Amino acid sequence: MDPSVFDLKDVDIQWCPGCGDFKIMDSLKSALAELAIGPENVVLVSGIGQAGKTPHFMKSHFFNGLHGRALSNATAIKVSNPGLNVIAIGGDGDMYGEGGNHFLHTIRRNPDITNLVFNNMVYGLTKGQASPTSQIGFKTPLQVEGVINEPVNPLAIAIAQNASFVARAFAGDVEKTKDIIMKAILHKGYALVDIFQPCVSFNKVNTYQWFKENTYYLGEDHDPSDAVEAFRISVRKDKLALGVIFSDTNKNTFEENQPLYERSETPLYMRRPDTEKLSKLIDSYK
Amino acid sequence: MSSDFKKTKGISIVLCGAAGQGIKTIEKLLVHALKSSGYHVFASREYMSRVRGGNNSTEIRVCRDEVSAFVDRVDILIALSPGIRPNIMERVSKETLIIGDKDNVGNEFSEDLSFYDASFLKEARELGGRVYANSIAAGVIFGILNVRRDVVKGMFDQIFSSKGGSVVEKNMDAADAGILKGEQIRSSQGLYLEMTSLSSREERIALDGSEAVSLGAIAGGCNFIASYPMSPATGVLTYLASHARDFDIVAEQIEDEIAAINSAVGASYAGARSMVSTSGGGFALMSEGLSLAGVMETPVVVHLAQRPGPATGMATRTEQGDLNLAVYSGHGEFPRIVLAPATIEDGFYLMKKAFNLADSYQVPVILLTDQYYLNTFYDVPVFDVKSENNRYHIIKADNGYRRYEITENGISPRSVPGYGPGLVGADSHEHDPWGHVQEDFVLRKNMVEKRLKKLEDLKNETIPSYFSGAEDFKYLVISWGSTYPVIEEALELLDHDDVAHIHLRQIYPLENLLGEHIKRAKKTITIEGNATGQLAMLIKQTTGFSVDTCITGYRGLQFSVEEICDRLEAVFEGKEE
Repeated sequence: MDPSVFDLKDVDIQWCPGCGDFKIMDSLKSALAELAIGPENVVLVSGIGQAGKTPHFMKSHFFNGLHGRALSNATAIKVSNPGLNVIAIGGDGDMYGEGGNHFLHTIRRNPDITNLVFNNMVYGLTKGQASPTSQIGFKTPLQVEGVINEPVNPLAIAIAQNASFVARAFAGDVEKTKDIIMKAILHKGYALVDIFQPCVSFNKVNTYQWFKENTYYLGEDHDPSDAVEAFRISVRKDKLALGVIFSDTNKNTFEENQPLYERSETPLYMRRPDTEKLSKLIDSYK
Repeated sequence: MSSDFKKTKGISIVLCGAAGQGIKTIEKLLVHALKSSGYHVFASREYMSRVRGGNNSTEIRVCRDEVSAFVDRVDILIALSPGIRPNIMERVSKETLIIGDKDNVGNEFSEDLSFYDASFLKEARELGGRVYANSIAAGVIFGILNVRRDVVKGMFDQIFSSKGGSVVEKNMDAADAGILKGEQIRSSQGLYLEMTSLSSREERIALDGSEAVSLGAIAGGCNFIASYPMSPATGVLTYLASHARDFDIVAEQIEDEIAAINSAVGASYAGARSMVSTSGGGFALMSEGLSLAGVMETPVVVHLAQRPGPATGMATRTEQGDLNLAVYSGHGEFPRIVLAPATIEDGFYLMKKAFNLADSYQVPVILLTDQYYLNTFYDVPVFDVKSENNRYHIIKADNGYRRYEITENGISPRSVPGYGPGLVGADSHEHDPWGHVQEDFVLRKNMVEKRLKKLEDLKNETIPSYFSGAEDFKYLVISWGSTYPVIEEALELLDHDDVAHIHLRQIYPLENLLGEHIKRAKKTITIEGNATGQLAMLIKQTTGFSVDTCITGYRGLQFSVEEICDRLEAVFEGKEE
């Protein structure tokens, strides 16, 4: 499949020139095309922010909901129709700030969805305030003396919660990011891909160059099933690892845990209530 | 106490005791045994917000005729533990027979009241423990009401069989001890209630509001519920979760109400028939999500179980204070439907209807109940599962499908992702017919009008109100929600020939006819369980007519038949509220 099947005609892409989001969208289109998942088989679910606009810039089913709630929407869409490939997309503010509670609990539920977080460590859409992942000391028009709060460490949180798949990518490397996204989509269960994404307008610290200098790819010898090693890697601050850091392939998904899918894979929209059984239940109140 | 039940009908028994003491078990035993014996039974539970201790109560009315309303009158008070609360004490009169342990609760009642020392505790200890006091107490009632011993035995078998034969036997011994006392009381106090035989009556079901609403959801095809536990809404979530396997329902206890509504909207986008069950505080958190359902034109059903606010308010008490919240919540302008069941059976039919209305109009539908409604139980005709076929409107999406096609009536054919080759979009922004975000002012105007147009058709399909009383009325009483049986019984007792009662089952949009009725009335009175007369305000806003008198109640307790009688009579006599 050619990635261009995901191109939308006459679309006015609102991202700034040079934004890392363009590259992530390219990686995503290529990953889906390579896996032969067409637009009619994928639902992009997003919230609010620059990353949240992605579903408007490429062709697929989409649900662009409220700020921070994409994981709630995505989990419900997946469990209502497990045949769909569901990809929840958002920025660091959307997923780790406004939606932080849903992030924690979605990991617990383990729906078979992919969660792409475009992490640029700053708020773009609202023009340059700190985000939950901004580094201490990062100066903004709002945090005039620099950020004072400890940044959220999404990878460490996810690993601590025994998330079923935890990876990090760098938007500047389209090919490797595509590979990681493919692995995330193929993984059965909740798959987090935190993607370092330079914001050319509002983050003059964490630039393409900065990410290149401060990241490294995990080697072939890294064992993603080793939770303790994965955690150790995730809390490192000097060098930031890229690649699949942790994965647990033995977990049931939220959908698999639903009794209604034990007998049949029929999605909810095709199901009708069993009136005979209901009559019996009502009669039990006689 | 006398056999002269001059005011409200039947016998009213109140059981009270501490939380965790087993009152619920006696209540279950009593209502089922009494129903099996051919009586009509009503039970309503009130409780404090605590797991152990305190003092909770259940009112049980036993009657030869149908009975479905709360009364103040207490004929028999079974007091199982001390610390009887003022809401019970103020209803105890010289006519009340108090049954309890003198040593335990005797000093709480004044000397001139009639107190029967049943020595529950002493006898229970002799039988093997305090736990048997409940069965003795139940036995007393069985003795007074002359319930057949085999019926009682059958109930014990059902309730205690899982705990082993000796438990059934011991409890039956306890009940026998109680039955003896009850028979004594019956003969000495001249208490007598005639039995009807079961065969002479249609078979009926007995259940509470939570169960009726839940069954209605199943009947309406609900297959997704995500909610966060909150009194008094939890019962519906629990019920659907416990029947998830049988009825193919995804039932999830979710991290918060924001996730609940956003899951429900997501599920609905994918074609599930989804709902949430919550109370005022939880619903307040859902208001952004409700607005999302509005702009996405996604069907979703909200069960809003009211309790007194503001904020945490009184967690286990009742109020009708969230009408405004239901009608006006959510930012921006979008159509919605608000329904409120009048009776237990109405809870079933309206909840089923809620799912079909949501599907037909692609709007959120809110079903308003309250703590009193949900925790009240009585017998009703068996629900007709096939009463009305469910309406399903999801179509296949062809290539070029546009989810938000502008149509004559504002309703765009709805498809779901994966059904046909077409793509299905949904957006929280203002959007074009494909669902993509656009800042086009002409498009914006068209889309607002498209969504609001649905309201016009909605107004022509309102669920009819219940109307009773004089066709040629002078006074018009208007009410909504759980108060219906209470007001009906009060009006029956008052027996005026110039009063009519309209009970609204659809709160929003209001039915077109309402204004016509009000125009004909000399005086219009609303009865509502809130302080500000929220229905009266809505009526004024919708019909232009002012309500003359609002009978309001906001103590945290439901209206009783007697209270409505007194307050209505005062209005009829010209003593304004």
